[in-house]
Amino acid sequence: MKKTAVLPLTWMILVYLFLYLPIVVLVVYSFNDSRMVTIWGGWTFKWYGAVVHDQEVISGLILSLKVALATATTSVLLGTLAAFALVRYRRFAGKSLLNFMINIPLVMPTVVIALALLLFFVTVQKAIGFPQKGFFTIYIGHTIMAISYAAVVIQSRLKEMDRSIEEAAMDLGARPFQVFMLVTLPSISQALVSAWLLAFSLSLDEVVISAFLSGPGSTTLPVVIFSRARLGLSPTINVVGAITVYLVVIAVAVSSLIMARRERQRARLAAQALRLDAEPPQPREFGVGLMTAEGR
Amino acid sequence: MPTSIDTPTPRTTRKPFNWGRTLVIGIPQIWLLAFLLAPFFILLKISVSETDALGIGFNPLVSYVNDALQVNIRFSPYLALVRDSLYIVTYLSSLWYALMTTVLCLVIGYPFAYFIARAKPTVRPALLMLVMLPFWTSFLIRIYAWKNLLDVNGLVNQVLLWAGIIQHPLRMMFTEFSFMVGMVYGYIPFMILPLYATLVKMDHRLVEAAADLGSTPLKTFWLVTVPLSKSGIIAGSLLVFIPAVGEYVIPELLAGPSTLNIGRVMWNEFFLNLDWQRASAVAIVMIVLILVPIAVFNRYQTQSLERAR
Repeated sequence: MKKTAVLPLTWMILVYLFLYLPIVVLVVYSFNDSRMVTIWGGWTFKWYGAVVHDQEVISGLILSLKVALATATTSVLLGTLAAFALVRYRRFAGKSLLNFMINIPLVMPTVVIALALLLFFVTVQKAIGFPQKGFFTIYIGHTIMAISYAAVVIQSRLKEMDRSIEEAAMDLGARPFQVFMLVTLPSISQALVSAWLLAFSLSLDEVVISAFLSGPGSTTLPVVIFSRARLGLSPTINVVGAITVYLVVIAVAVSSLIMARRERQRARLAAQALRLDAEPPQPREFGVGLMTAEGR
Repeated sequence: MPTSIDTPTPRTTRKPFNWGRTLVIGIPQIWLLAFLLAPFFILLKISVSETDALGIGFNPLVSYVNDALQVNIRFSPYLALVRDSLYIVTYLSSLWYALMTTVLCLVIGYPFAYFIARAKPTVRPALLMLVMLPFWTSFLIRIYAWKNLLDVNGLVNQVLLWAGIIQHPLRMMFTEFSFMVGMVYGYIPFMILPLYATLVKMDHRLVEAAADLGSTPLKTFWLVTVPLSKSGIIAGSLLVFIPAVGEYVIPELLAGPSTLNIGRVMWNEFFLNLDWQRASAVAIVMIVLILVPIAVFNRYQTQSLERAR
């Protein structure tokens, strides 16, 4: 018994080490008080101070955040529509085309998408004088990519959702739009949140499309970092990287706390509902409670 | 038979409903046609276009001059790709490195995904979360982070020197080794997650049955586990292989100039040589090369959609 457990454990530890070692080293080196990035020279906060005053980094960050907000919101809206069409509508003109177009950005190399979009924008710009390279073009480029990931996340949630609740609502006289707003949307709300976060982080991280589509004076943070990283090791990149790691750790901690609290609340409500089984539970809670119970 | 939302409802409610349905289908379709499909047609068009007299634009593909219909389709960028052996070698080497990446990800990721799927159900979400977590931090910075480790003065060399395993620092940066480390590091989550998804659904009683019938663990693995996880292997391999062919950031940061990579060649044609036609032709050929794996991937996706019904 013991002999068989050694290999899985070693293998898993090695893979996790492979996944986390670079991140840990990056965070540690961000405090390195030495001219040579990889030679340890004691602890310091000076690189963090330098980053705060780095105008290029700050303006890149602001543009990146704006683009990411717009991208995530648009991607979830359009991704929901596309996912709904693909999962719920049996047959319509161009269904396989829509499915194909949604899947393309998942696998197409970003250099190709980026070049195609740039040539497209240059052509359109020549014809109608709009758009200039900058926020708008980067936003469209990121959305084209993020929409696919959002649609995939939402599709899988829609597929496993129990459809009998929607049917019940329709039987009770709800219009399709009402069914969607009152039953479907609340049931997939978690998937919408994770799709939004995924699209947001994809956009915040995207470098190739941004490099092609950003104009003079409007570059995103990853493009700034990439152009510095090509030149070699730099303490500022370690600091920016370390900060993203802190943010992710905080976000994960907060979301798992919220999730644990919601889980407890749900358990309490379920217990309450069982005790007062004469009184039917609130329709909303009913939907949320059932959605994990079964699926096709 | 499950009734879907769009089964014909009584005539009275039908009309307003169809209007909504058209919007649900139409909005994403128009968006994707305009910003995804149209750009690819422009790419194709420019790859065969002639530069105009001013040198800043392109002549139309079809023009009507002096009562004659002229078709101006230049194939010279494509002929250049065929004639110059550099391009052919670069395409082949990109495919080769993508294949290497896929195999390495599969070899490292398969046992890993299997062990997670066989772990206690209570710890599985945490183990999976730990795979996903680095994915949420910046991809670019995670790739860059390897420079800290693999540099001549980097941590790996420092540890090896300190341990007395080597006498002189190893040159690991800007080699095939650093390139492959970065590629596997960047793409392994795309292998692990689909593999895990199929392995966790697998009925373990089949493995037990095989063992009861006298099969050795290795034989059971080849004859039962691997065939049952085939869809995960296909999905994971395609998700790694296809984008790996055109990867640009990882070779640019971690591979040396002697590592030929088609993404970099395209980038340089566009930004350094300013040859838009040739850059477009390089991109079009890249698309053609990965079209077959993409078609397989697309069919697989559609199948899994159909199966879910």
